[in-house]
Amino acid sequence: MAHDLRPAHGGEGPPLPTARGHVSAAVEEYLRGTGPPPRQQDVVGTAVYGDDLQLALYLCYELHYRGFAGVSEAHEWDPDLLRVRAALEHRFLTALRADAPTHDSVEDALADLLVEPVDGTGVSHYLCAEGELWQLREYAAQRSLYHLKEADPHAWVLPRLWGRAKSGMAAVEFDEYGGGRPERVHARLFADLMTDLGLDTTYGRYLDAASAQALATVNLMSLLGLHRALRGALVGHFAAVEITSSPASRRLAEAMRRTGAGPAAEHFYDEHVEADAVHEQVVRHDVIGGLLAEEPHLAPDVAFGIDVTGHLEDRLADRLLGAWRAGRSSLRTPLRSEMPLTF
Amino acid sequence: MPNSPSDEPRRIKVQRQGPLLVEGPVEVELEDGTIVTSDRFRVAVCTCRRSRRYPWCDTSHRDRAKDR
Ligand SMILES: [Fe+2]
Ligand SMILES: [Fe+2]
Repeated sequence: MAHDLRPAHGGEGPPLPTARGHVSAAVEEYLRGTGPPPRQQDVVGTAVYGDDLQLALYLCYELHYRGFAGVSEAHEWDPDLLRVRAALEHRFLTALRADAPTHDSVEDALADLLVEPVDGTGVSHYLCAEGELWQLREYAAQRSLYHLKEADPHAWVLPRLWGRAKSGMAAVEFDEYGGGRPERVHARLFADLMTDLGLDTTYGRYLDAASAQALATVNLMSLLGLHRALRGALVGHFAAVEITSSPASRRLAEAMRRTGAGPAAEHFYDEHVEADAVHEQVVRHDVIGGLLAEEPHLAPDVAFGIDVTGHLEDRLADRLLGAWRAGRSSLRTPLRSEMPLTF
Repeated sequence: MPNSPSDEPRRIKVQRQGPLLVEGPVEVELEDGTIVTSDRFRVAVCTCRRSRRYPWCDTSHRDRAKDR
């Protein structure tokens, strides 16, 4: 405990979630100070995209954002826990490199994203055409794991960029953070959307409900954001998010309007139609262009970041649409079915 | 938001496919005289005329199918 900078501080933040297996259970015991960290062989023997490993990794990463109630803030830089995190990351990254489709060049990877077929079949197409309010609520609950810290994982890349790439990235992040106005911070706009949908805006509230596939999409951002060595992939990932967001946001805004979700719910996606049409241009021309002008050897990493984002989003889409088409909840723990009719 | 008013000409980026990109804030006067404004740090102005949020770009210029 010699490295404890604030030893008396128990840590604010949400309560630790329910463990999903022996690895995540051991991480939680260790965070509470009631047990040893998980052993290397346990990490090796766990399904890489499964609930247990993805939650264990999520717990490790969350210490860098808001932490957990009753967990010492010093755990963020605990060498034993970082060793566990590295083992989890190694498994995750190895699987991603093996499983994500690969384009030979950044141009090819981007070209596929820049086509917008009329007969698309993704989650936003489904929600736009036939989504019901309960499905929009489930979607928002799972996405809240990211959107309540929107743009935070990507801010870590700023010190690893220079010149055109840095100024472009900083400008987009400035816009994500409300352009200097707290009421326009995108995380705040998402909290307002959640209120319209009758969801609890407390940070971490829907962690227990979120599927392994949803955790994996957020773990990817943290993984790429925290490692300087993965800056090329972080930039590629961010480009993929921004490029696909504008048309998807238009469909989600329509879904919110059709179901009468409320003005803030519509506004979050309306704002992203316009904002991300700009962000996409800046990220492609200035961030990717600037980074590759300085560091052309990172091109395969940028392409990997683009491709791996699609890979994990496709897995999440399969989970959501598979459940919804069967009339089932896509969540691990269903939302309370009763929504207050008036506020 | 620009840091300082400047005498330098404002640069507009044009592309064969895609919006005009101009540093914000921007006022656009529409055909009927209506003025619309955007105070984003950079503004994407639709040139394909397909945008449902005209005059702002909503990525409607994108190809519907891959032709290469
Ligand atoms: Fe945003
Ligand atoms: Fe954005």
